[in-house]
Amino acid sequence: MIKWQKTLLKLGALATVLTLAGCSTAKSNGSAQGNNPGKTIKIGVNMELSGSAAGYGQQQKQGIQLAVNKINQAGGIKVGQSKKKIQLVIRDNKTSNTTAASVAAQLVNNDKVVAVVGPAATNAGTASIPNMTKAEVPSVSPSATDPGYTLQKNGTVQKYIFRACFQNNYQGSSAATFMTKNLKAKNVAILTDNSSDYGTGLTKAFKQSYTGKIVSSQTFQEGDKDFNAILTALKHKRIDAIYAPGYYSELGLIIKQARQAGINVPIVGSDGMADAKLTKIAGKANTSNIYYTTPFSTKAGETNAQAASFLKAYRAKYHTTAPTFSALAYDSVYMIKSAIESEHSANSVKITTGLAHLKNFKGVTGTITMNQHHNPEKSMVIEKLTNGRVSQAYTIK
Amino acid sequence: MQTFGQQLINGLSLGSIYALLALGYTMVYGIIKLINFAHGDIYMLGAFWGYYVINGLHFNFIFAMLSAMIFCALVGVLIEYFAYRPLRHSPRITALITAIGVSFLLENTMTYFFSANTRNFPQVITTVTYHVLGLHISNIQLLILGTACLLMLLLEIIIKRTKMGKAMRAVSVDPEAAQLVGINLNHTISFTFALGSAMAGAAGVLIGLYYNSIDPLMGMTPGIKAFVAAVIGGIGSVPGASVGGFLIGLLETGVQAVGLSAYKDAVVYVVLIVILLVLPAGIFGKKTKEKV
Amino acid sequence: MKANLKYNLTWLGVMVLVFGLIDACEFLGIINAFIENMLVTIGINIILATGLNLIIGFSGQFSLGHAGFMAIGAYATGIMTQNMATPLGFYLSMGVGIVIAMVAALIVGIPTLRLRGDYLAIATMGAAEIIRILINNFKITNGAAGLFNIPPLVTWATVYVLMCLTTIITVNFIHSRSGRAVMAVREDEIAAEAMGINTTRWKLIAFVFGAGTAAIGGSLHAAYIQTIAPGDFNIMASIAILIIVVLGGVGSITGTFVAAIVLGALDTILQNFGTLRMIIYSLALILIMIFKPAGLLGNWEFSFKRFGRTRKEVPTHD
Repeated sequence: MIKWQKTLLKLGALATVLTLAGCSTAKSNGSAQGNNPGKTIKIGVNMELSGSAAGYGQQQKQGIQLAVNKINQAGGIKVGQSKKKIQLVIRDNKTSNTTAASVAAQLVNNDKVVAVVGPAATNAGTASIPNMTKAEVPSVSPSATDPGYTLQKNGTVQKYIFRACFQNNYQGSSAATFMTKNLKAKNVAILTDNSSDYGTGLTKAFKQSYTGKIVSSQTFQEGDKDFNAILTALKHKRIDAIYAPGYYSELGLIIKQARQAGINVPIVGSDGMADAKLTKIAGKANTSNIYYTTPFSTKAGETNAQAASFLKAYRAKYHTTAPTFSALAYDSVYMIKSAIESEHSANSVKITTGLAHLKNFKGVTGTITMNQHHNPEKSMVIEKLTNGRVSQAYTIK
Repeated sequence: MQTFGQQLINGLSLGSIYALLALGYTMVYGIIKLINFAHGDIYMLGAFWGYYVINGLHFNFIFAMLSAMIFCALVGVLIEYFAYRPLRHSPRITALITAIGVSFLLENTMTYFFSANTRNFPQVITTVTYHVLGLHISNIQLLILGTACLLMLLLEIIIKRTKMGKAMRAVSVDPEAAQLVGINLNHTISFTFALGSAMAGAAGVLIGLYYNSIDPLMGMTPGIKAFVAAVIGGIGSVPGASVGGFLIGLLETGVQAVGLSAYKDAVVYVVLIVILLVLPAGIFGKKTKEKV
Repeated sequence: MKANLKYNLTWLGVMVLVFGLIDACEFLGIINAFIENMLVTIGINIILATGLNLIIGFSGQFSLGHAGFMAIGAYATGIMTQNMATPLGFYLSMGVGIVIAMVAALIVGIPTLRLRGDYLAIATMGAAEIIRILINNFKITNGAAGLFNIPPLVTWATVYVLMCLTTIITVNFIHSRSGRAVMAVREDEIAAEAMGINTTRWKLIAFVFGAGTAAIGGSLHAAYIQTIAPGDFNIMASIAILIIVVLGGVGSITGTFVAAIVLGALDTILQNFGTLRMIIYSLALILIMIFKPAGLLGNWEFSFKRFGRTRKEVPTHD
């Protein structure tokens, strides 16, 4: 007994020495200023293509590919005198934070991409930040919504991290205002997707700005299919509306089961449910009196030329109405393109500068200006569904 | 009171789904002591089969369900033949890892070839909601409950009254002795897999119809819950699996009904642990005496 | 006694050598951030899997709840280093994580370790899920959003040294009197009891010890990846560690090392296959299990002692 304790002690001493040695090796090189393009402009995709978020990740991949095909068909992006085509490097992060970090490292160090689109989820995104920052390569996430995603701990901005979507606070508070002002809802129930920052973040923001009474606040998990128990419990409470931030897979079922249980109050959600699948899952007849906040309206094609051409191209290729996630991913690629053009360079650091100064960029999801916290400022729409169709759209400043 | 009745209905219809899935786990475990992790994914395959035959070949509901049962039975037998049979004499933990591998394979192959998107299941039967004494119950809920009970009854009859059932029981008690009395081990095990997988296939189509939403990862969570149900009921016991399934369904519903939805799964696991501590072999499990 | 010291020193030499090798490669730029990421992941997985192998392989208790204890370590570090962003804070948080994980293991273990085989597996899985759900709903852990911007207090060197340390401690534990008691319980509980071994006590010690190492792995994970969320510690995470143990060979620490390295490398290489990666991975898993049912190395253990002896005397296991 004593013997191995002694050995242990010695090992411990040695370990301390080793740790010190490790610290001294520290960083070996920090010479290059980010990545430079070769013959083509390499853009990396760090995306959830398998695992629990794969459905959303694949929609985003479709949007990215659509954008790149379109840019390449037009000859590519103008850098200096010549036009260069985009080469996509698509890698799957398995909806795992550890893998997302590894994928980020591979994209920036081995593939030498000059910019990255993704990841879709906030946590996978934050796990990639150290590697992106070390390599000085920017990333644009189509759907990482946590307010803190683009910020460091002390509140300063993460230099290389951008997003194309709204952050939670904005959507959550807009929904609260809308429910008080437009729906005149005094008593609401909340149903939150409790498996990611998305639902919980929106609920937090909603609770902060909602002035009425919150009668009940319940949660569900991603992949849940049965909401009858929660809904039955709500049925006999006096509620004027339900706020339900989450994704269309679960929200479709909530709407269906709520209507079947005879709960006909308005259900308000967020951009995660802005998808044609929502109606398909819930059933047309059930999808009435449904509202959601979204940057992208499928009706946007009527007023926005970019959106019109995107919707058309998407339908031609995938034979269905374009979902919001694809639109956001499509915009992410074009934001990078716009940054390259405005800086006349596809060097990754230059692209970062370009993205930070993005102004009045005309995207599918609206006219975007990047603010100091790397959040896109664009107008928000609240759409109303009646019988599964968008019957009204309210624009929020 | 009305709410209570309604929650009871909710709990029972949820429970019947868990019960159907738990049956497959319990039968396979009973006979080769394997936690068949891929069982939840067979249920997913059943749902997808239903989706494609109804959309593509315009099968009606009965045919869709029967064909899904046959298809899943086939898949179950194939999986057993290729992945589990070579490992019958290996450590049980090896077979468990293989089962996990099969589960990953099924999920990811489906994701790769048919996309990970959630899709809506064709509604071959229009939902009609009956109002009885202020309670809502839909024809599909009745259908699920009815089918689940029917299948469980059928299974009980097969196991207790047929020759094959007798063979299954014999193998589960002592495979070597069963072989000595002339039971074909391979056939019996294949038959068990076919039966269990057919149940999962039926559950898949029923779920598709009931919730109207299927995706390649739909088998994961219910699979684990159903396994927990089988363990609570006493793994290896058919009535145990049904009771366990209904118990979990009612429990989940009850927890959500009192407003603790965030802890719904935690409560299920607490109950699981408590039941195992009081009854180490589950509710209907046989207590094995320690041999010295 | 002297001989034992010699072998331990030989091992130390090997460890220092490998350290120097990695350091040199890092300096020469052969190892970039990507490879380093892989190596660190492998290192953390070795720490986790060694602890689980002690529970499963040496004490014979089938635990499926390793990720729960890992979560405790990770969150201890995640929360504490937010306010104490120093190396001292990190080691302190790791210590706190280990203690909490061990206490949790005691609470889980005392009642459940009476169960056997698969029942124990399911009970421990349930316990780990309860831990995860609590973390998912607590305020201090920031709920489902998890924690990010955790200070980067861990380099590959820290992970390497801790990997060596936990392995040395674990191996020495196995080869001590306590280790033999634990293995006796695995081989035959009743016989062990007849020999005067308190079976429950030794099972519990192995379980608690394993939980402690899981917490170390979790702490390192949190500080290296700098992001943690409850979803990182779900059932699938426990299964991933279990796969390493079984693939390497239940009861072989060498096997755990080999499997962690093989799987880590495989996972990294498969990153080049896009969406096919998980299909190839699962096929590889099934095939290895079918053709190597006892794991890559069975319960074979690499040992320098063997070199000192003639072939005839090679000790056989069991």
